[in-house]
Amino acid sequence: MLHPFLSVEMSMEEKVIEIKNITKKFGDFVANDKITLDLYRGEILALLGENGAGKSTLMGMLSGINRPTSGIIKVHGQKVQIQNPRVSNDLGIGMVYQHFMQVPVFTVLENIILGSEPIVRGRIDYKKATKEVEEIIEKYNLNISLKEKVENISVGMQQRVEIIKALYRKANVIIFDEPTAALTPQEIDELLVIFKKLCDEGKSIIFITHKLKEIKQTADRCAVIRAGKIIDIVDVQNTSEEQLAEAMIGHKIMEETKKVDHDYGNNVLNIKELALRKHQDLVSLQVAAGEIVGIAGVDGNGQNELVEFISGLKKFNKGDIEIVGSKVKSKSIREINELGFGFIPEDRQKTGLVLPFTVANNLALKTFYQPQFSSFGWLNNNAINSYAKKLISQFDIRTRSEKTLVEDLSGGNQQKVVVAREVANHPKLLVAVNPTRGVDIGASEYIHEQIIEQRNSGCGVLLISFELDEILKLSDRILVMSDGKIVGEVNPTETTSEELGLLMAGENNE
Amino acid sequence: MNNILTKLRINRIVVLSFLAVIAGFIVGGIIMLIFGYSPTENYLNLFRGSFGDIYSFGETLRNATPLILTALGFSVASKAGMFNVGGSGQLLLGWMGAITFALKFSFLPGPVLIIGSILTGAIFGAVYSGIAGLLKAYFGTSEVITTIMMNYVAFYFVNFAVKKYLAEHNSDASPNILPKASLRSPMLEGLTNNSTFHWGFVIALVMAFLMYLYLNKMKQGFEIKSVGINEEAARYSGISTKKVIIISMLLSGLLAGIGGAVDGLGNYQNISVSTVLPDIGFNGMAVSLLANQNPIGIIFASILFSSLQVGGLSISVYSDTPPEIVNIVISSIIFFVGVKYLFEFILKRKETN
Repeated sequence: MLHPFLSVEMSMEEKVIEIKNITKKFGDFVANDKITLDLYRGEILALLGENGAGKSTLMGMLSGINRPTSGIIKVHGQKVQIQNPRVSNDLGIGMVYQHFMQVPVFTVLENIILGSEPIVRGRIDYKKATKEVEEIIEKYNLNISLKEKVENISVGMQQRVEIIKALYRKANVIIFDEPTAALTPQEIDELLVIFKKLCDEGKSIIFITHKLKEIKQTADRCAVIRAGKIIDIVDVQNTSEEQLAEAMIGHKIMEETKKVDHDYGNNVLNIKELALRKHQDLVSLQVAAGEIVGIAGVDGNGQNELVEFISGLKKFNKGDIEIVGSKVKSKSIREINELGFGFIPEDRQKTGLVLPFTVANNLALKTFYQPQFSSFGWLNNNAINSYAKKLISQFDIRTRSEKTLVEDLSGGNQQKVVVAREVANHPKLLVAVNPTRGVDIGASEYIHEQIIEQRNSGCGVLLISFELDEILKLSDRILVMSDGKIVGEVNPTETTSEELGLLMAGENNE
Repeated sequence: MNNILTKLRINRIVVLSFLAVIAGFIVGGIIMLIFGYSPTENYLNLFRGSFGDIYSFGETLRNATPLILTALGFSVASKAGMFNVGGSGQLLLGWMGAITFALKFSFLPGPVLIIGSILTGAIFGAVYSGIAGLLKAYFGTSEVITTIMMNYVAFYFVNFAVKKYLAEHNSDASPNILPKASLRSPMLEGLTNNSTFHWGFVIALVMAFLMYLYLNKMKQGFEIKSVGINEEAARYSGISTKKVIIISMLLSGLLAGIGGAVDGLGNYQNISVSTVLPDIGFNGMAVSLLANQNPIGIIFASILFSSLQVGGLSISVYSDTPPEIVNIVISSIIFFVGVKYLFEFILKRKETN
């Protein structure tokens, strides 16, 4: 007879996955260098590292996307060859990607069973599927409506679909790639509760992230990866956030650029009674020169419309927008840009960059037509390239040369290209939407500094972000957006993320 | 280092295209074996018929001329992210425009007459495909649908116009243009042992080179590529996507129109009522895909494609292999170009492992 505590101890010691001396090379490039890592039953293992450190490559070998050059992977003590995602699936390894792979017009249930539908006489057995999925939902407390279409549910719910999908495929190990990137604070809390529940039921979790706070909150152990090597595997309880950050980037975090105390200038952005959506309250807001105005809110509450109207991507009927004193209503996008408007869009790959273009061409994407870069219809590639060289060194963009394709850069450096292009011309108004989304800590610090520097030199900044820490850190003034309108204004020095979270959810404090 | 990388990329495209062609030849060979014809003999005849002597070579180049131009036309539109299926109709209108000008203004001196005829053909093609561009830019109408339908409109309209206005009574063809309007020349004929090789080929080469410069060195080329690769980013950066869509469709039709004009002035010397849409427009699409839309690559891909067509004729002349088998070989090559991704996949796997 074993003592109950002892049996718990035993199960904690059970190794689910053993990675031994794994090396992965792409040509001459060593993406993973002799990595050894164990995953125990019922634990949450955080995988911390900057973009390009080799986290995704490592996880790719567990999920069957790429194969190791040398080394051994064992699952439940058995040596395995994970040749493709199906093998990984059969071994009980599930993956929840950052960008969900779902069919928007299918229901939650259909999305869950897609690819492993129970079949009866050539037809999908929906009854059996519903029963099985409902059992999972009940067991793990994953409240979700199966009949809803995926396009109508929130990002947090879509993520649950992915989790259920993995569980439905009998996963014992679930790998999460940056799971909190698009979630609200409340949704993050709910997710972390789900994590605990999964572990209590004996599942193991690998959690890729670079948010230190969440690691501290949930993970048991944390493996720090830098330049393809495991730097350290630490007990999260006994390690501070600062120690984790330093281990990840390899040096101490830079001193923060301080915001200069100064008087604000004239309004560089003046929005008057703008209707973001039909039949809704009108929005008015101002941004003064030298001020950072943060807009906090959950994704999909009117931020997209606001940004599209300001930048001219979409035309509006009701209300008025003035940038540096000029009305933008009938102006083309190029004319708006020429008013001194810088814009860091939310999705750098979709909107901000032309990925198969060179770094130089992307840096000149908004100015290539101007006389310094073209004459009589011909591009002056020399001028474009030397301008790019200047910006690359000025903004510390890590690239082999200005002729490297942007798609070959890491996420952080791609974002630096966007930021460099937008601030190099000293804009009078800068709109930044989630400027550090999916960017590693080093680059993220750097981008924050650039934004503060712009503010200090008299540029008005409108910062829209789903990351409250970012809003709290940078803003001089915070506006909270919910359901297409501004529901509150708070002073960043006097508020907390909890208070903001409640405002965002539409619950008024007054 | 970076130079090597870009070179590798280009080489890879060349390798892929070659693999596609070779795979097509293999499948064609297997088909010939199955039906009891000799692949070696036939492929030898194919080569002889297209490159074997200076006459065949001249014919191959002549046949490649309109292909180069329709392929260039297709590639400009596709660089801007559009799929212009209307090459055949645009070519037909260009052909008619050029012949009409050459017949109606035959009093003009030779060079002026030729330039005027080609310009008329170019404008006919450009305006015609520009309509599809306008519809796409302002109403979001799919250019695939409009250009397909406009092919038929062009086809029936040209047949009608030729019969009604150009052809003499009881005839299905216009009279021949005057020799001074023709792109053929005794010099070129002498050079190629009396083939139908004509100056149109040189015009096509010049256009390919101009398109290369336009797409790679000029502001508008940059805009076209931006819109084609990432329309949203192009719009966000201030490029007028409407303008780019219209310009690229105009250019696309312009090139196909020139293709029709030089083929009319150089090859046919007249225009007649046709029974089907000319396939040069569609083959241009295949050529463009084979060359990965690269203007210089299009020259070589067109010559290759044309050599299959011209050489294919001599297969059935020198043996009893039916021309249908030759067409199967050509079609399999096109097929393998279409599934180029398969080769890309195989190459990639080799590289990562």
